[in-house]
Amino acid sequence: MSTLWIFGDDVNTDQIVPGRFAPYMTSEAELRRFPFIEARPEFPELVQPGDVIVAGPNFGCGSSREYAAQALALCELGAILAPSFARIFYRNALNLGLPLIEVPAEELSPLRDRDPISLDLDSCELRHANGRIALRKPASFTREIWQAGGLIPYFQRTGHFPGEVAL
Amino acid sequence: MSTLSQQILSRASGRSAQPGDLITLTPDRVMLHDSIAPSVIRILKEQLGVTQLSNPDRVVVVIDHVAPAANLATAENQAALRKWVREQGIKNFFESGNGICHQLLIQEGLALPGEVVVGTDSHSTTYGAVGAFGTGMGSTDVAVCLAAGRTWMRVPEAIRVQVRGSFTEAGASNEHGVFELGPKDLALEIIRRLGAAGATYASIEIFGLDQLSIAGRMTIASMAVEAGAKAGLIWPGGLLDSPSWMQMPDRADYISEIEIDLAELQHRVARPGRVDDLVHVSEVQGLPIDVVYVGTCTNGRVEDLQTVARVLAGRKVATGTRLLVVPASAQVMQEVVEDGTAAALLSAGATFGPPGCGACIGRHMGVLAPGEVAVFTGNRNFTGRMGSPQAQIYLASPAVAAETAATGRLNAPSLAHSTPHLV
Ligand code: SF4
Repeated sequence: MSTLWIFGDDVNTDQIVPGRFAPYMTSEAELRRFPFIEARPEFPELVQPGDVIVAGPNFGCGSSREYAAQALALCELGAILAPSFARIFYRNALNLGLPLIEVPAEELSPLRDRDPISLDLDSCELRHANGRIALRKPASFTREIWQAGGLIPYFQRTGHFPGEVAL
Repeated sequence: MSTLSQQILSRASGRSAQPGDLITLTPDRVMLHDSIAPSVIRILKEQLGVTQLSNPDRVVVVIDHVAPAANLATAENQAALRKWVREQGIKNFFESGNGICHQLLIQEGLALPGEVVVGTDSHSTTYGAVGAFGTGMGSTDVAVCLAAGRTWMRVPEAIRVQVRGSFTEAGASNEHGVFELGPKDLALEIIRRLGAAGATYASIEIFGLDQLSIAGRMTIASMAVEAGAKAGLIWPGGLLDSPSWMQMPDRADYISEIEIDLAELQHRVARPGRVDDLVHVSEVQGLPIDVVYVGTCTNGRVEDLQTVARVLAGRKVATGTRLLVVPASAQVMQEVVEDGTAAALLSAGATFGPPGCGACIGRHMGVLAPGEVAVFTGNRNFTGRMGSPQAQIYLASPAVAAETAATGRLNAPSLAHSTPHLV
């Protein structure tokens, strides 16, 4: 069983990791301590591998700072579910092998903060106290990148980018 | 003809790029700045095993985000970056103090109409000011792009913005008696109409700005990302020669269209926390303001600083309020020194910061304390962006910033305020 963390709409990259806590300003080794350090200070301490974030639309808006996605990837989240994601954050998370899944807001509405849940990415299902949510199947290249552990291992193994004919 | 994004991406990818397609292309330029370059270099070396770039001439490196260095960590990172730039033979390198990356690429002709420019920065949409497809990417994408010599992207759908009318002359009021409306007010109006997520996964393409300066176009294109856009392209007409293959798109190619009449613009500010929480200045008028910050890639150019000096019109910055001015580049700094704008701002009581990002991301030189309220000409007012999460940031135009500095309270320029002070 994992735990659900609920966040609001338009969660931005300054909330995820404020610029002052960038690896550039501190050091990369400390990044795991910083996700939501000000917006939700208990998060970095309490979050467990496999936990799931559920949020409103436009999650990850703002900066291109990959360390925002990286800080969450370092928490070994099971996935982030939201009705939509900001596009740079979406790419950064995909590149790091952190699963982001678009789920319509009404399907997410029964979920409560800190609910116990279990997520199965193979069967695309999230089970929670009051039922289950069938998740949209990701594109095959998305799943391949997740399975490879990110864009770099995917690219190194296949020699091509998604959508590109193998060279 | 298809959208500007499709035309540019078709040419760059060598195939007919349709919205939703995944394409591969070699960008004309790849921009890295000091804040993100260290992680790109680390990924190149440690994960990709790349010690020498095959095409350093496409790369532009700028030290602007913490310029000059603020502490030992940034100083060491910058020293390592300089060494890497030398090793790689990167000629387009801009030292700390030259200015903000987006300003420099356009100022130095490193982003041109019809080109594709990717950068380690979300405001890379700014290159749309000259009709280049500029888009931001994270460290892994940029590192892989440098290693592979190409990158992949999804061709965006596009939203069309049709602008009508023209801005009034500097210092003149419009037909509704409103003074000093400019490009920032249009940028904020686009955000107000689309919302902070209104252009997610899409590009915004803007027509009807052939009369507008490149500086003004940069203000608007820089903010396209604040509606979530992948790129913010302005039709490169008027002052720019568009390449012959670039054709005026058909309206039917767009997923939606908004029309904005410049005569209907208002002085608005974005309330703290959300870029799209835009209210008429009258709704927050009179709020005491601790800091007025004029600068950034959105509003740190010569005409912005001139606007501030014009609206100040000889008045001093109000007691209890600080006015920080950070030019977007050394060239901007030089021009405002030569034309007397800098002297006017200094005698009003402004403090100048060295060209660069300054306190825009709350790292140094003007960081906000808990409880402080700022009026900011930049592009983001997220909680904690400029320092303390208990500080409040109002996004505003240079004209509103200036009137606020003069009165110490949030105010828009008006005839009543400015007439007695006009020189
Ligand atoms: S001025 Fe601000 S928004 Fe512009 S590039 Fe610098 S940090 Fe980013």
